[in-house]
Amino acid sequence: MHREFLMGNFAVAMGAIAAGVNVVCGYPGTPSTEVLETVAKNNDGSIYVEWSVNEKAAMELGAGAAYSGARVMVTMKQVGLNVASDPLMCLSYMGVKGGMVIMVADDPGPISSQTEQDTRRFAQFAKLACFDPSTVQEAYYMIQEAFEFSEKYHTPVLFRPTTRICHAYSSIDVKDREEYNPNTPSGFVKDTQRWVIFPRTSYLNHIETEKRNETLADVFSDYQRNMTVSCDSKGLRKGIVTHGASYGYAMEALEKLGSIPLLKISTPYPFPERKALEFMEGLDEILCIEELDYVLERELVYLCGKYGKTVKILGKQTGHIAPAGENTCDSVYMAIAEFIGADFIGVEHKENLPSEKPNLPVRPPVLCAGCPHRGSFFAVKQAMKGKKAVFCGDIGCYTLGNAMPLDMVDTCLCMGAGVNMTQGIGRIDPDTSCFAFVGDSTFFASAITGVVNAVYNGADMTLVVLDNSTTAMTGHQPHPGTGVTMMGDVVNKVSIEQILKGIGAAAVETVDPLNLKESVECVKRVSAVKGVKAIIFKSPCAAIIKSGKPAVITDKCINCKKCINTLGCPALILKEGMAAIDTSLCVGCGLCTQVCPVSAIEGGEKQ
Amino acid sequence: MSSNILLCGVGGQGTVLASKLIAAAAVEKNYEVMSAETIGMAQKGGSVFSFLRIGSSLYSPMFGKGSADIIIAFEPAEAVRMAEYLKDGGTVIVNTRPIMPVTASLGGFDYKAEKMLDYLEKTAAQLTRIDCKKACDALGSPRVTNTVLLGAAVQSGALPFTMAEIESVMLKAVKPQFRELNTRALHYCEYAGQ
Repeated sequence: MHREFLMGNFAVAMGAIAAGVNVVCGYPGTPSTEVLETVAKNNDGSIYVEWSVNEKAAMELGAGAAYSGARVMVTMKQVGLNVASDPLMCLSYMGVKGGMVIMVADDPGPISSQTEQDTRRFAQFAKLACFDPSTVQEAYYMIQEAFEFSEKYHTPVLFRPTTRICHAYSSIDVKDREEYNPNTPSGFVKDTQRWVIFPRTSYLNHIETEKRNETLADVFSDYQRNMTVSCDSKGLRKGIVTHGASYGYAMEALEKLGSIPLLKISTPYPFPERKALEFMEGLDEILCIEELDYVLERELVYLCGKYGKTVKILGKQTGHIAPAGENTCDSVYMAIAEFIGADFIGVEHKENLPSEKPNLPVRPPVLCAGCPHRGSFFAVKQAMKGKKAVFCGDIGCYTLGNAMPLDMVDTCLCMGAGVNMTQGIGRIDPDTSCFAFVGDSTFFASAITGVVNAVYNGADMTLVVLDNSTTAMTGHQPHPGTGVTMMGDVVNKVSIEQILKGIGAAAVETVDPLNLKESVECVKRVSAVKGVKAIIFKSPCAAIIKSGKPAVITDKCINCKKCINTLGCPALILKEGMAAIDTSLCVGCGLCTQVCPVSAIEGGEKQ
Repeated sequence: MSSNILLCGVGGQGTVLASKLIAAAAVEKNYEVMSAETIGMAQKGGSVFSFLRIGSSLYSPMFGKGSADIIIAFEPAEAVRMAEYLKDGGTVIVNTRPIMPVTASLGGFDYKAEKMLDYLEKTAAQLTRIDCKKACDALGSPRVTNTVLLGAAVQSGALPFTMAEIESVMLKAVKPQFRELNTRALHYCEYAGQ
């Protein structure tokens, strides 16, 4: 054992390695991404690691490996589990041979997600055990224990940290290599009774699943991470039930406010009923401090009914905890203070602040300076000027094309939705030109079937693939189009152009989005074709290439500010009322030199 | 007890690296340390922060309002945004150079750094102002804002480290060709007499 300062996601990865994981697969998504990357970085060569094309592929590959006796970890963010829910629900009936941990990171806030869905609920729905760590150190131990439970009970299990665990850093105890628990997979052994799902098998396995979860609820009541913090509460018959990051906030608050008993639930499903009943003994009121859904709160209300207890259960459903968003040290402190009726001082210090706080600038996230997506959006905008058109966006950096002044994203729903949504809009508004924007990684993950649907059903739409040769938003992961894998192997690039031609698109053209004139002409030409057609804007992500020389605004500038007002590039700024270039940001993409009406901007050479 | 440190700025300014160096110095001294920071979409030109705690019996890397011993702000408006986290008697180290958001250029909405600094003057018991643009120009690199601010923070006495301790972890963290530059940057405020 030694001590290391690790990010939560690093700790999960190192824990999985210590648990003898053989296969790690997943799809990138904040806040889960660093788990798989850390396994890859610390791989001694014995672990198979891949970025799969999407979460469903990862889950299925993981299932095959776990059937073959491998220890498997599948990683994704919460919305990724929606994509993988089909294999997950079935796998729950079939079970596994090797330990299989499905690492799904939830995102209260949400900070970088479409939804505030709660994977603890998914665990209940899928009837799979769920582990919910509260600290980085706990995450390190718990992922190893999750493998043990999975293997012992032949069931996949969910491991669900949240952003504040995934992205927190902490100095923690970590095992030395000699302490690892290696596993040699047995290989796949044929057994149709066991591995082929049939209605009869599902019926029988359903009975077994219910029995297993009853057992697990009992076992989890003795699981050390479901933990009571007891104390002398001086006759106050009140207690707190909490979980995850909120546990830390609650403990910090109790240090200041004085103690009342607290129960931390680390296995929200199957719920450790006996443990909770013991905790409820002698209490009149319980405050449930949760993030996302009111999972523990409902379990306690259920227990009160089941066992005829008269304990008042407070939480999200009674308005004592915010229904949405993240909990914070301050919000939890206030909730506890109010709950125990403490003579609290409010949030300290506030009143000492000068009241006349100046107006602060808002800083919405924007496309980076030199981002090729800016050129793509601008070209389509120019080409379609004055025409009736709808622009469906998708998930990735290019969602930021919605910001002013580009204003080129009319819809955004979930990964791969745009290409199908354009078809729906087109059926109702046939005189509208429908465009679907999709990134290269998203194209492979979930847009191909949408294009097949469009061609098959004779839709009229333009697919715009923003190909920047990487999965940029999540930190530049490789994908099928990049020609490299997470294991570092160089492989054949899967060609987006060839796929589109193979599917039968009426026209497919590739163009450089940083060449404005050619791009505008290309959009006009391609979008005029009837049927399903595609434009591939190909230019690498500005963050992964060497910057060129910054552009220069010469004295020809008439200060019309067209560059600023049409492109919204962060490197184009106002300096004493004049348009100027922030040379620390400009990468020399040259787009602004092409929009200036008097050719006052020069240089901006791409390398 | 713990030492609560807040770093804030705009995505891309290098707050994360500065936070890593402080954490590394704490690890070196066998202190318990926890931190949390902005990662993801907000990094692209948005407001970013790092919470850092050094001490014993820590439960969470986050802390509440009125609890920061020191705020190291890479941008004046971001310092004001996070000012309510400062405790009574707390220290603020601030880069006086504003970074205008894209929305500022578009809407013509401008703000004056002076206004922000006046507010901080009233809020912080101890305020150190550093013109990091000037410092970077003097040092000959646009990328040392983080090291300059870190040096000023150590000099203020609000971090539980000596300059020598921070310098030794910094030298381990940066590539050999940047060691000399960053050493000068770390000591910039000492020599500039700020």
